[in-house]
Amino acid sequence: MKKATTIEAKVKEIVKKHGRDKSSLIAVLQDIQEEYNYLPKEALLAVGEQMEVPSSRVYEVATFYNTFSLNPRGRYLVEVCAGTACHVQGSFNLMDRLKRDLEIECGETTKDNMFTLEEVRCLGCCSLAPVVRIGGNIHPYLTQDEIPRILRNYRKQG
Amino acid sequence: MKKISALDDLKKAGDKGWKSLFPGGVKILVGMATSGIASGAGEVYAALAAEIKKRKLPYVLAKTGSMGMDCIEPLVDIIEKDKPRLSYGKMTAGKVPDLIDQIIKGTIDKIKPVYRIDEENLIATRDKNHYTKGNVPEYLKEIPGINEVPFYKKQIKIATRNCGIIDPENMEEYIARGGYLALQKVLTSMTPESVIEDVIKSGLRGRGGGGFPAGVKWQSCRSAHGDIKYVICNGDEGDPGAYMDRSVMEGDPHSVIEGMIIGAYAIGAQEGYIYVRNEYPLAVTNLTKAISDARSRGLLGKNIFGTSFSFDIKISKGAGAFVCGESTALMASLEGKAGEPRAKYIHTVEHGLWDRPSNLNNVETWANVPVVISRGGKWFSEIGVPHSTGTKVFSLVGKINNIGLVEVPMGIPLKDIIYDIGGGIPGGRKFKAVQTGGPSGGCIPAKMMDLSVDFDALREAGSMMGSGGMIVMDEKTCMVDLARYFIEFLVSESCGKCTPCREGVRRMNDILHDICAGRGREGDVEILESMAKGIVDGSLCALGGSAPNPVLSTIKYFREEYDAHIKDKKCPAGVCRALIRYEITAKKCTGCGVCAKKCPTGCISGEKKKAHKINRKKCIKCGICMESCKFDAITVE
Ligand SMILES: Cc1cc2nc3c(=O)[nH]c(=O)nc-3n(C[C@H](O)[C@H](O)[C@H](O)COP(=O)(O)O)c2cc1C
Ligand code: SF4
Ligand code: FES
Repeated sequence: MKKATTIEAKVKEIVKKHGRDKSSLIAVLQDIQEEYNYLPKEALLAVGEQMEVPSSRVYEVATFYNTFSLNPRGRYLVEVCAGTACHVQGSFNLMDRLKRDLEIECGETTKDNMFTLEEVRCLGCCSLAPVVRIGGNIHPYLTQDEIPRILRNYRKQG
Repeated sequence: MKKISALDDLKKAGDKGWKSLFPGGVKILVGMATSGIASGAGEVYAALAAEIKKRKLPYVLAKTGSMGMDCIEPLVDIIEKDKPRLSYGKMTAGKVPDLIDQIIKGTIDKIKPVYRIDEENLIATRDKNHYTKGNVPEYLKEIPGINEVPFYKKQIKIATRNCGIIDPENMEEYIARGGYLALQKVLTSMTPESVIEDVIKSGLRGRGGGGFPAGVKWQSCRSAHGDIKYVICNGDEGDPGAYMDRSVMEGDPHSVIEGMIIGAYAIGAQEGYIYVRNEYPLAVTNLTKAISDARSRGLLGKNIFGTSFSFDIKISKGAGAFVCGESTALMASLEGKAGEPRAKYIHTVEHGLWDRPSNLNNVETWANVPVVISRGGKWFSEIGVPHSTGTKVFSLVGKINNIGLVEVPMGIPLKDIIYDIGGGIPGGRKFKAVQTGGPSGGCIPAKMMDLSVDFDALREAGSMMGSGGMIVMDEKTCMVDLARYFIEFLVSESCGKCTPCREGVRRMNDILHDICAGRGREGDVEILESMAKGIVDGSLCALGGSAPNPVLSTIKYFREEYDAHIKDKKCPAGVCRALIRYEITAKKCTGCGVCAKKCPTGCISGEKKKAHKINRKKCIKCGICMESCKFDAITVE
């Protein structure tokens, strides 16, 4: 399995950067996720081995925190803000529209692996509510109406 | 870099910072906080840079954070020698050539500034900076001064003193406005005890939610046994709908760092941590740079200011768990564990991070500290009201005209925030309530508009100060839906360690879902109330302990809305989908067909130029028809 060895090598590099102290576990997982967009199982096992942390602990931390995903995600992460400011401005309608247009539920990835739909609690841009972050870009004052065009643009960019 | 080890070095750095703040000639400043960038400040900045280059102008272009009026971002400020500073709102790349023309010609024609600033206070040093020396050019006299703008008039900026003014990446600009002077004073002329005494005297209470007196906490941590102690900054900002801490960390990171160094000296700590929310990448970047700059100038690390005091700070990124804002959970997270709170009777000031004495304060609390020290505890204690001193930063969002960050003296009447600063409710709708304290807080109804905004009055009203989220709601916000929203949030954020919170909040959620879905039964409200009591009494941490607040406060003030949902199966605000229907008023409908085109299920039909109809069976109640109707012909019942 060639892939596993490269994952192992990557994990080694990341663990080296943060140090093997157990307090670095979250930072290590964050970097792994940044690299792969999710936490591959091989990587979690490698982390446990290299940091001498039981894999149950690694798994506990990986599942406790909302930012970590154990499933591969699409090219663009679509994060609908469900913070209070966005909620009172109707962000739930945006979520529903995205679900319909992407034909997936929240937490799922489109068949073509382009988009993964998730919900976040406040992006700190409450003054621009309702907001949706797609691939790291914040779309302010978003309306349902604009969604098809925006998704098309991302699809075009590939 | 030469280390700063004496007052003179600080002065020199400050002089350099002043030159960078006011280089003479023309300086253009772009608000580049996260929300500014999201509204297009990046494009405006690039357009300005290109235009300046194209016309070969000797202008200085710089970045800053946010001054607070976020509803008119992107904001561009023009600073010219001996002229008032001018702020232009809602800038676009397209307006840039006109703006540059105006600067060159010394006129105001195509684009108008929102306000001008003739002078500003340097709160940390009690100096004033005069932009104009009293002479406002004739052509600028019609532009309102910042103090005539209702949004700013009643504000006093302490914690956000530098936001939107300095370049957060430039430490010397921070120093120029009185930064690190308090640290110099503390390290060279004050004992740790006298620092604590002054902070106690100031009355400064924690800005993260609980409102515990900061000086008293420092005192306990100082007295705790142990050679190794920690100071920690809580930048987790979990309240969904609040971004005060983001603004400070992004816009003025050194104010937090200076506060922490002072705290560490007073407490006797050698190491510090800033725990920043994962969603705030720019805050992490700016804090990282600030820490490294402070270190290279000898303000962090070994022998700060050339004294025997050493202290350093590390940054830790959160990973998206609301409960990690709770002090013991945060410390568990810093140790690399799942963030589960532990019982409160073990005090973190004695047994905190790695079981060592640890002092945790919120971002805004730390940012206040340098000013408390420079101006003295007594000065600070005279701002606000007796048991809530100083100011509080609020993120004023939701259904309000002037959305933004505001810093007001404690004790200000709520109505001043909503109507004067906030400019009232958009669309001529009726103001209904304001939610404070996030998921642990509650709603304050319109009839309590005279309420003094301070720790104690808010708690008595059934809400709490919280970290500063202030979400304004109008008649179109359903209070039952809001309660359901918060409870659902807490269900997903409960760490699950104790049963009343894990199971109880979930049951409350089920009941609220039923009520919103039209399946409410008589007696549900009473069940909610009695469950609330059990959860409050039986939960380990304040997440569970305060979880029922949003439900209890909405029941208290908006009982009739619960009854309408349960008995009449109606949602008066028109929000809960199961209880509403969209209706076209035939008289108003012009038959333009826009709604029919937009409706995702194609359930609107009608002939051109004739009134349309909605097929209720196919309607999914997404509301896009109502949003897109230009003639107000569609209503929700
Ligand atoms: C569930 C929960 C979440 C919290 N979230 C935050 C937060 O995001 N930021 C914060 O500063 N304090 C938060 N707090 C309050 C902290 O526990 C703590 O009281 C505070 O950070 C102490 O700092 P202060 O005294 O300066 O306010 C939270 C408390 C609870 C129970
Ligand atoms: S009250 Fe809730 S969040 Fe707090 S410890 Fe118990 S289960 Fe966890
Ligand atoms: S509530 Fe959506 S960004 Fe804060």
